Amino acid sequence: MSGISRRKFLTCTLVGAGATALSLKTDAFASAKLEGYPDSMGVLVDLGRCVGCRSCEAACNREQNLPAPAQSFEDQSIFDQTFHNGQKRRTDENAYTVVNRYEPEGTENPVYRKVQCNHCNEPACLTSCFVNAYTKTSEGAVIYNPNICVGCRNCMIACPFNVPAYSYSSATNPIIKKCIFCYDTRLKNGQPPACVEICPQQVMTFGHRKELIEIAHERIKTHPDRYIDHLYGEDEVGGTSWMYLAPAPFEEIGFDTTMNNEPIISNVKDFLGTVPMVLAIWPALFTGFHLLATRKHDIEHHGDDHQKHKDEEKKS
Amino acid sequence: MKTHLANQGKVVDSHKRSADGAPWTLKEKLLLGMTMQQYIVQAVRNPFNWILALIFAVGLPLIAGRFFFGLNWVTHSSNDYPWGLFLGFGLFAMVPLSASGFMLGTTVEIFGRHDFRPIERLALLNGLLGYLFAVIYLLVDLGQPWRLPYPMVVSFGPAAVLFLVAWHVATYLSVQVAEVSSSFFEWIGWPAAKKFIREITVGLTVSGIILSTLHQGALGALFTYAPGKVHPLWYSASFQWLFFFVSAIPAGLCMVIAVSTIARKTMAWRCDEEFKTNLDKLTISLAKGASMGLVTYFTIKTIGIAHDNEWGYLATGWGAWYMVEMVFGVLLPIAIFAWAIRNRSASLARVGAFLTVAGIVLNRLNTALITFNWRLYQEIPHWREVIISLTIFAIYIVTYRFILYRLPILFEWKEEKVLVPETVAAAVRSNEKYQGAPEPVATYRTTD
Repeated sequence: MSGISRRKFLTCTLVGAGATALSLKTDAFASAKLEGYPDSMGVLVDLGRCVGCRSCEAACNREQNLPAPAQSFEDQSIFDQTFHNGQKRRTDENAYTVVNRYEPEGTENPVYRKVQCNHCNEPACLTSCFVNAYTKTSEGAVIYNPNICVGCRNCMIACPFNVPAYSYSSATNPIIKKCIFCYDTRLKNGQPPACVEICPQQVMTFGHRKELIEIAHERIKTHPDRYIDHLYGEDEVGGTSWMYLAPAPFEEIGFDTTMNNEPIISNVKDFLGTVPMVLAIWPALFTGFHLLATRKHDIEHHGDDHQKHKDEEKKS
Repeated sequence: MKTHLANQGKVVDSHKRSADGAPWTLKEKLLLGMTMQQYIVQAVRNPFNWILALIFAVGLPLIAGRFFFGLNWVTHSSNDYPWGLFLGFGLFAMVPLSASGFMLGTTVEIFGRHDFRPIERLALLNGLLGYLFAVIYLLVDLGQPWRLPYPMVVSFGPAAVLFLVAWHVATYLSVQVAEVSSSFFEWIGWPAAKKFIREITVGLTVSGIILSTLHQGALGALFTYAPGKVHPLWYSASFQWLFFFVSAIPAGLCMVIAVSTIARKTMAWRCDEEFKTNLDKLTISLAKGASMGLVTYFTIKTIGIAHDNEWGYLATGWGAWYMVEMVFGVLLPIAIFAWAIRNRSASLARVGAFLTVAGIVLNRLNTALITFNWRLYQEIPHWREVIISLTIFAIYIVTYRFILYRLPILFEWKEEKVLVPETVAAAVRSNEKYQGAPEPVATYRTTD
């Protein structure tokens, strides 16, 4: 106890314990759910308004300097394309957003669905990345640092929406390619992304995520005949910055409706929790086993005594 | 090699040719005691080498092509199936088959079961090579393999399961190198280094158990990131890591049985009497361990289905496929092992072991590739991807054989037991390393 008196030590301990107790008081009941950044921006996509003009695809292509597509953006025949047993088009290294056409039963007009990164509140890609290449910005965008990406493609496994794509064609610098909410060129400066701005039908509304949720529910309430009573993305996988209103059941227009409302990382937490426990318990456990298993010879004598004792007891 | 021995050739199993003969040179050790010409002749004579040569002739240019033209030249560049055969087979199947190192290490070093010693080194080597080649498969698969050290030095994502896998596989690989190095030190003739490894064996073994528990499990936990993508019968949020960890135990044990069977058949000249006489008995013992592992694995898999109430899926086509995996990969081996143990039939136990190995490989392929994206479509790997996977496996076999031929894995290195008084210098200096060096005035004595 050099340099610190007993009294001082006790005081410090008590103060420390008190502070811990106080801080615990606020945290003790905090749920595991992350609500996202309070001022996170988002986009409300009203699929009932979309006519499939694909100008958003063109705007994205321009804004992100992507290569010109094989088929022009005016070409509507692209909606008839299917891959691998009827799979619709998906995002890839040359297209960060795609629009697909669906013809759900009982609706007169086809329904178009725009696909891009949904910018989750607690992104699976981010939590699965072992070099921390992803960042969820306070504006709500999920952005990616290509300079540290190793190319394991775990984020593509983890993304519940199958959004990230990989530039497999590059031999020297393949990277993940996905929508970044136009973060560098627009969102950072408070501007809406290129696709939102160009849309002639005002399908997309850019704003604070919290306010968008209110607007969406208001629309459902005023026009219950026009919308399915669900805001997709409000709760799915912990909530997303991009949310959807639909005129037809979501599962019929390509959405996965089997998703949990818990973020993807909740599935993994069980395992992550056991890691420090194994690290802490196993050394003593197995060294203990070793001592128990191999010290036998040293104490054999003692064991004999013990047995003798028992035998004597039995006899008497 | 058989011809070489028939012509009165000698096998390198100690530092000296005979009791008083001259020591083997390093070149002679490498050439298995033959001249260069003899060595080439025996290599060409072996028909298996021709098969390997054919595989390399096709496969090695393809591997080079993957690095020059990119992944899209050798795979279908699927954005829906980011992990193909390289990881599905190379990483997810090779790692459980390499659990043998920590299993036998624990048996011998922690529980003091020295009767398993004749097969311990084979198990350790099997572990080391399995991991090494899992990493090689990974290097072929990674988009930018030169950045592999990034999670260690440049940028950390400690909340990611893969971060744990990367760190653990890297550290465990070093632990295994250390564990296997004692046979290398015997072969090269450096007893001091061997002694040092001997002293830290318990520490190495315990860290081996910790690292193995966690990363075997972590490979399973990687799939908990994809709850909707892996078919529910192969997925369990709560138990996935336990499924992978527990199944790795019979996988590792059966891989040792499988490899020892092949070694006993194809390189009998290299196995010493102790290995040969004990092998049947040890095979039965390993089969006992494996069957306990398999029974446990079957039980927890069933609990997993009950836990998530997935019984309904068993009646579907995927369910039938699941039953195939379970019946041929788990239940049939259990029955065979039970019969083999009861009748003390090592050859039957070997059949069970090969079946178990196939069953575990199928399980990992099912999880990573076949049932992955079960709601989308089935991905058939590109032919170049298949050939590259096969080529890397052939390199694995060649490396395995190269080491088994030389290092004292299947045989005991004949050390000279010169018991001399402590102050006499000769004992340590008997290595060829010190030949010609002046005699020291005094030195310490190494035992062992």
